[in-house]
Amino acid sequence: MQTPYLKTALVACGCLLALSLHAQQMPGQTSSAMQARQMAASAPRDPALKPYFAEFGGKPGLKAIVNDFMINLMADPRTHPFFARVDRERIKRELVDQFCVILDGPCTYTGASMAEAHRGLGITRADFNALVEDLQKAMTKHDVPFHAQNRLLAKLAPMHKVIIEK
Amino acid sequence: MHTFRTNRTALCAALLLAGFFSAGSTLAADTPATNTGGKLLLTGGVSEIGGAAGGGLTPWAVIGGYGTNDQIGANAFYTRVQLPDYHMDVAGALIGFYNRVEFSVAQQRFNTEKVGGLLGLGNGFTFRQNVYGIKVRLFGDAVLDQDSWIPQVSVGIQHKQNNQEAIVKFVGAKSATGNDYYISATKLYLAQSLLANVTVRFTKANQIGILGFGGDKHNAYQAEFEGSLAYLLSRKIAIGAEYRQKPNNLGIAREDNWYDAFIAWAPTKHVSFTLAYANLGNIVIKNHQRGVYASVQVGF
Ligand code: HEM
Repeated sequence: MQTPYLKTALVACGCLLALSLHAQQMPGQTSSAMQARQMAASAPRDPALKPYFAEFGGKPGLKAIVNDFMINLMADPRTHPFFARVDRERIKRELVDQFCVILDGPCTYTGASMAEAHRGLGITRADFNALVEDLQKAMTKHDVPFHAQNRLLAKLAPMHKVIIEK
Repeated sequence: MHTFRTNRTALCAALLLAGFFSAGSTLAADTPATNTGGKLLLTGGVSEIGGAAGGGLTPWAVIGGYGTNDQIGANAFYTRVQLPDYHMDVAGALIGFYNRVEFSVAQQRFNTEKVGGLLGLGNGFTFRQNVYGIKVRLFGDAVLDQDSWIPQVSVGIQHKQNNQEAIVKFVGAKSATGNDYYISATKLYLAQSLLANVTVRFTKANQIGILGFGGDKHNAYQAEFEGSLAYLLSRKIAIGAEYRQKPNNLGIAREDNWYDAFIAWAPTKHVSFTLAYANLGNIVIKNHQRGVYASVQVGF
């Protein structure tokens, strides 16, 4: 009468044990695999966005947009302090690749994960929204249709979780 | 009568001041030079007729004003609803703290025009109701959490005081004051450029409280559904529609659910205009109260 219960309980325990062991092994994974996963989170490629890549003018279009984006960030008193003393040319290249990958363009993102890149900068939600506004302005200047802009922004917005610190 | 006029003058002055203030900032065009106003354009909604941030007819879960977690935002509004047989003016203001708590106050003046005369109250007889609101955001981020289905959720209370106790009781209401309790869920579907809100309001209010609270037919709290759907046409312009279910507590007159279709335009963060076509159905002895809703909001 009691044996089946015992068996079930044992099997369940075994399963739990196996699961927890498996979970414990996670940190032991090769760090390059971890990095790849983090970078994928920083540039989540979405095949559904392929049609919008053209609306951004392809890679040359993205370069022009990001160029103006950085000009806006430098002119904006809310974001200027963050970008005044960094390698802006490098960040622009990473941004182009990142946007290009998200829009399913023929690019690879090799920059840092968003958590890594922004760690310790003390970015607030207001700073984050300011940057979004500066990006919106740059996209509008380059005639990216509003609804295409929102497709990209919808992929970038969730990154607030690892970028905003205050 | 005297206090009424002072109130009105004070409000007008406040609105004018705010208007100048915002005109000044508008001159600076879109150059963002302030450390307030951290939210994105139009994501704070407009002013609901009870003073809360929301659509025109229903509160949203958003905290009013453009302040973010470490900022304070505020705005003031004036709304006019022009119907075939009545009109209503609403003026109010709100202040939002740290994207967490919103306090609002509004005064509704419902003018019965010639209907007042027909009912023996006198032409232009006006019901005045003050609405004091508080709203608290519980969880969620309607705008930024685009990778999750979880909406922004807030709860709120609106305390309403009608100044015509004798008349609302005469028509069958049980009280001239009442509280509405609501819970709202708001979500921006950014990829689709859509914003949706649902609100459930627990209320006894007759015609939002203009005819008092509770009645001869029903005198218990009822859950009423309210919804808004907005489509963003651009950063500055949204169109949409709203629905507000209402109780039916009074034997003397049927009360209908409300609908509207609106367009909202925010040329800058400091000012927005909302224009709507509203269908308010039957109000006391007059059917088919369909008309124009116009609202201006100024703030930061
Ligand atoms: C969704 C929003 C954002 C995205 C997609 C984004 C993207 C990026 C990318 C791709 C990089 C280069 C990574 C690398 O070094 O390989 C970067 C770096 C940087 N970002 Fe952001 N960023 C965002 C928000 C912000 C905000 C709000 C600020 C501050 C206002 C900011 C400030 C910086 C700075 C200062 C760096 C350079 C860090 C360094 O090299 O030391 N970012 N960002």
